[in-house]
Amino acid sequence: MSLLEVQGLNSYYGDSHILFDVGLRVEKNEVVALLGRNGAGKSTTLKSLMGVVVPRTGKVMLDGQNIAGYKSHAIARVGMQLVHEERRIFGSLNVEENLILAGHTAPKRWPIDRIWQMFPRLKERRTSRGTDLSGGEQQMLAIARALIRDPKIILLDEPFEGLAPVIVHDLMKACRELAAAGQTIVIVEQNLAAVLALAQRVYILNNGHMAHEGPAAEIKANPEILHRYLGV
Amino acid sequence: MFTWANFVSQMFNGLALGALLALISSGLTIIYGTLGVLNLAHGAMFMLGGYAGYVAFEATGSYILAVIAGTLFLLVVGVVMERVVIRHFYGRPHEDQLLLTFGLGICFVEVVRFFFSSLTKTVPPPPLMSGITSLGFMFYPTYRLAVVGIVAVALIALYIVLYRTKLGMIVRAGIEDSVMVDSLGIDVYKVFMIVFGIGAMAAGFAGIVNAPVVSLTPDVGEAILVQAFVVVVIGGVGSFPGAVLGGLIAGEIISITSMIDPGYAYVMLFAAMTLVLLLRPHGLLGTRGRE
Repeated sequence: MSLLEVQGLNSYYGDSHILFDVGLRVEKNEVVALLGRNGAGKSTTLKSLMGVVVPRTGKVMLDGQNIAGYKSHAIARVGMQLVHEERRIFGSLNVEENLILAGHTAPKRWPIDRIWQMFPRLKERRTSRGTDLSGGEQQMLAIARALIRDPKIILLDEPFEGLAPVIVHDLMKACRELAAAGQTIVIVEQNLAAVLALAQRVYILNNGHMAHEGPAAEIKANPEILHRYLGV
Repeated sequence: MFTWANFVSQMFNGLALGALLALISSGLTIIYGTLGVLNLAHGAMFMLGGYAGYVAFEATGSYILAVIAGTLFLLVVGVVMERVVIRHFYGRPHEDQLLLTFGLGICFVEVVRFFFSSLTKTVPPPPLMSGITSLGFMFYPTYRLAVVGIVAVALIALYIVLYRTKLGMIVRAGIEDSVMVDSLGIDVYKVFMIVFGIGAMAAGFAGIVNAPVVSLTPDVGEAILVQAFVVVVIGGVGSFPGAVLGGLIAGEIISITSMIDPGYAYVMLFAAMTLVLLLRPHGLLGTRGRE
């Protein structure tokens, strides 16, 4: 059985129908990319999985448990974490407090040293308030905050967006380390080179419908798939 | 007529009122900051604290027990109110929440009027704190001085809970972004219940501590509610330090203006609020706005 299995997911913002019968599956230790144009429903898919947007219908099986309709905190306790596109760092809390808060209810958590090892920059800034961090540092903290809960699956929403190339390089390295350590990841990202280097499998969303599924290697070999759905 | 003794005495009155407003507004501001619900029943809760204390005082004759009763009763009222009613309104528009809490406030006032009538009730200060104290250059009612000390202790306790405990850390994070707190595995609805309970408790405590200073009537919370709103706006929505600073400023403005002409107390209060809104739209110690 797959670690995550989604069937017939339908999500709405108010009256507008955003996701139409979306289905996907993610195996344990796999890195899966979710691609699509702006407004295709990528972020909404991740938010629906995490319960931030409550899907109207559909089944979301995580580790054998149907979590569709659960509140976010219950989904987090089953072992899912979403790193939001806007990072959503607590600005009034310092780096360490952000991490302590995140690990508070986790059944199993990473030792803080493992976080510092992965993001030495955060260790240097452990007493800085969230508002005083640079964009790159905030992104590191957002990822670290998810990792400290030792999630079964981590959803990354555009983790490299708006960051300097040198920071993207560092974050890519961290993501590779995670993947090598067996962390299951679903990633939404506009930076195709980066995401295709990380992912084993790719899903493409088009206007809220799942339009394509295949190995990342296939997409690299046939860029016309990307032309068709992404216009790149 | 203006005299220095009069002025200093009014400054002290302002300090006592300001401390009280700081405590009431702290509850109001953390409730709004965390839950996003503007609690228009907050003044009525302040009043309920006074009456719960009055009942306990009539039964036992003890000031301490009256304070404990007023405080605990409001903790219970707050938690029940959140669990039974407020929680169903988190996803609803602000107007609905306003109407709901406004209506609840009216119900509280009228229920108290039904059982206790509109006649004033008094809770005397404890014997140790009654009478007047000489400050060297003037005499001042002992209990009013005590109120400043009692409220300061309560504010310090609230500060410790908010800034030195894990619960406080969660509440502060919740004031910033409750959705994110929930995504990190913390049941934010339980946090909402606790915050509403603490906010109600602060109002109840203020209500009974203030009871010996004023005469207790069912309408005693009305003026306080308006003043507390101004304090929250001046201090910055969701900011506890802002509520304390705003409370002290508002207390002094009301007291000192009253010395010259009581009719202008509110005018000056709202003028100060307008000034703050013009110069610092998020309030003196507030950060970015909610939503």
